[in-house]
Amino acid sequence: MEIVYVYTKKRSEFGRQCNFSDRPAELHVDILPDPSLAANFIVRDPCDVAIQCAQDTSEHEVNTERFESESKGINHVEGGWHKDLNPEDMEATIRYRKKVEKDEHYQNTILQIASLMEHCIKQNNAIDIYQEYFEAEEVFEESDEPPLAKTINVFRDPNEVKRTATSLSWHPDDNRKLAVAYSSLEFQKAPKNMSFDSYIWDIENPNKPEMTLKPVSPLVCLEFNPKDSHILIGGGYNGQIAYWDTRKGSQHVEMSAVEHSHRDPVYKVVWLQSKTGMDTFSASTDGQVLWWDIRKMNEPTERLVLDPSKKGNLDNALGAISLEFETTMPTKFMVGTEQGLVVSCNRKAKTPAEKIVCTYGGHHGPIYTLQRNPFFPKNFLTVGDWTARIWSEDIKESSIMSTKYHMAYLLDGCWSPVRPSVFFTVKMDGTLDTWDILFKQNNPTLSVKVCDDALYSIRVQENGRFLGCGSQLGTVTMLEISAGLCTLQKNEKALVSEMFERETKREKILEARHREMRLKERSRSEQIREDEVKEGDGEETAEELIARAEKEFFEILEAEKKNESNQEKENDKEKDVCDEKNIQKHETNGVTSYGRRKSVMLN
Amino acid sequence: MAEVEETLKRIQSQKGVQGIIIVNAEGIPIKSTLDNSSTVQYAGHIQQLLMKARSFVRDIDPQNDLTFLRIRSKKNEIMIAPDNDYFLIVIQNPSD
Repeated sequence: MEIVYVYTKKRSEFGRQCNFSDRPAELHVDILPDPSLAANFIVRDPCDVAIQCAQDTSEHEVNTERFESESKGINHVEGGWHKDLNPEDMEATIRYRKKVEKDEHYQNTILQIASLMEHCIKQNNAIDIYQEYFEAEEVFEESDEPPLAKTINVFRDPNEVKRTATSLSWHPDDNRKLAVAYSSLEFQKAPKNMSFDSYIWDIENPNKPEMTLKPVSPLVCLEFNPKDSHILIGGGYNGQIAYWDTRKGSQHVEMSAVEHSHRDPVYKVVWLQSKTGMDTFSASTDGQVLWWDIRKMNEPTERLVLDPSKKGNLDNALGAISLEFETTMPTKFMVGTEQGLVVSCNRKAKTPAEKIVCTYGGHHGPIYTLQRNPFFPKNFLTVGDWTARIWSEDIKESSIMSTKYHMAYLLDGCWSPVRPSVFFTVKMDGTLDTWDILFKQNNPTLSVKVCDDALYSIRVQENGRFLGCGSQLGTVTMLEISAGLCTLQKNEKALVSEMFERETKREKILEARHREMRLKERSRSEQIREDEVKEGDGEETAEELIARAEKEFFEILEAEKKNESNQEKENDKEKDVCDEKNIQKHETNGVTSYGRRKSVMLN
Repeated sequence: MAEVEETLKRIQSQKGVQGIIIVNAEGIPIKSTLDNSSTVQYAGHIQQLLMKARSFVRDIDPQNDLTFLRIRSKKNEIMIAPDNDYFLIVIQNPSD
């Protein structure tokens, strides 16, 4: 609908001045509502209207141009000199200076500010404002904070096929580097395209390893040389040992000859304390411990076969899984075996038979780690099967302390280098346990679930604060432990040594008692033997003992079966009667049960 | 002139004083008991620091003005007495 209003003006009136005058309003157009149009619309009731009593704000995004900054040093050159004066010119500068010094204003000013300055200097000399008043009283902060472990960094295996991080080694001086050995320990399960490389990581850069080591076969263990931090020695899955020099690149510098190496994967390689700093020894499940001088790798310098019968028979030999060598005791070393025995050996022995000094038994499975307490070398920690045990060198029968049996298999452990009572263990379910034996002995002080897959290795840094643990999928996690767990508490050494002594004494007493018992029995049995009573506790051979045990077992079974059928018949009768019968039966069984030691103790 | 020398000698003989530098408003070291390179370094940095300190003091309270500046560091204490045209810098090892 077009609404048009035409304004007309006569041609002759063009250009005439405008005379404005008031006029009443005139209605030109009046458009009335058309109800038929309402049909096009729907009444909306109610109407939602949003109202906000707030300041109107608007959002803007601004992205400034990248400002590239660069750090540069500035060389301060003397400035401020007069334009014509060359600052290099000694004479001119001296002249200038002399001139200034003669100026009176200068002299007055200097006198003024010098007096002010003197006042302050004397002030300084009078009292030392930073004097420590309470230095004598050492502020003993009982750290109330609960022990914690924080993950700092995670290093993942960059290859597609993930391998287990089987061994870690911290750089001896510069705690920023970590060497990790990767291999797949599962027998024949290594996929074909698995890479053999092991890496050295810089802890600041978890994205890319700092250096790659390319061995001939995957490395099972890797150690930095504590004397020369550029040299690393690695033991491979195929039994060969090789050493690397980080300055020389990724390829090994020299490798041992296949004929003279181990026949099984080398599980542990340790550097020895020697004048040259080039000696190492290695252990493997083929039962041999070999000594090497890395300058001449084609043949081991010495060989030891871990034969408990001391005959050097390789078939009888125990497979070695872990080695222990303490630099403060260079003639002794210990080997942890697959069979659960710890063999203590003497390096200086002349004949191989004398090399093996004694064995410590007690573990049910392979001993994955063996480490002496850095503060008390007579005590050492072993980790294997489902427990971790602490031993004293003098007691050969059993451990002096042992953790309870866990749900998951323990795979590695180590002492804290700064606190004698703290040690760490890792389990197959991916948890890291921190034990403080002064604080709690039944349970770990701190238990942290590091990852979902099994943790295979753990190593603590020299400062005791950081530790790295490697998992089955090749992820190495670096954790920081709270200060409470890595600062030496007062009296700690004394308390720990007391504890170890106490436990050692206890074991000694128990051992002595056992021996007494056995002697008594033996003397008794010799007496009885003359009377020919078979039921005596005579010396029986293993087979006879087993046969007797079997017989007793079946007897008990029969008795129980009869008992049960009796019970059913007598279910109507009073309960007491039945119970009495049972008790009687059990009592008789108890006395004849075999296990002499235990039965004697019970009695 | 002699008085100035005397005063400076007196300051220098105080316990712990390591060095004295007098700098003029343009940043030129007039007198110094330290070697040239250190002197130049001190003079350059202190110029800027003084300006900043002074502007800060006056910003807080325009009636105020900077009379003395002391910087205590682990190894020593640097004291600066500013004036309109010159400043005196003394480096002292605190008493211990």
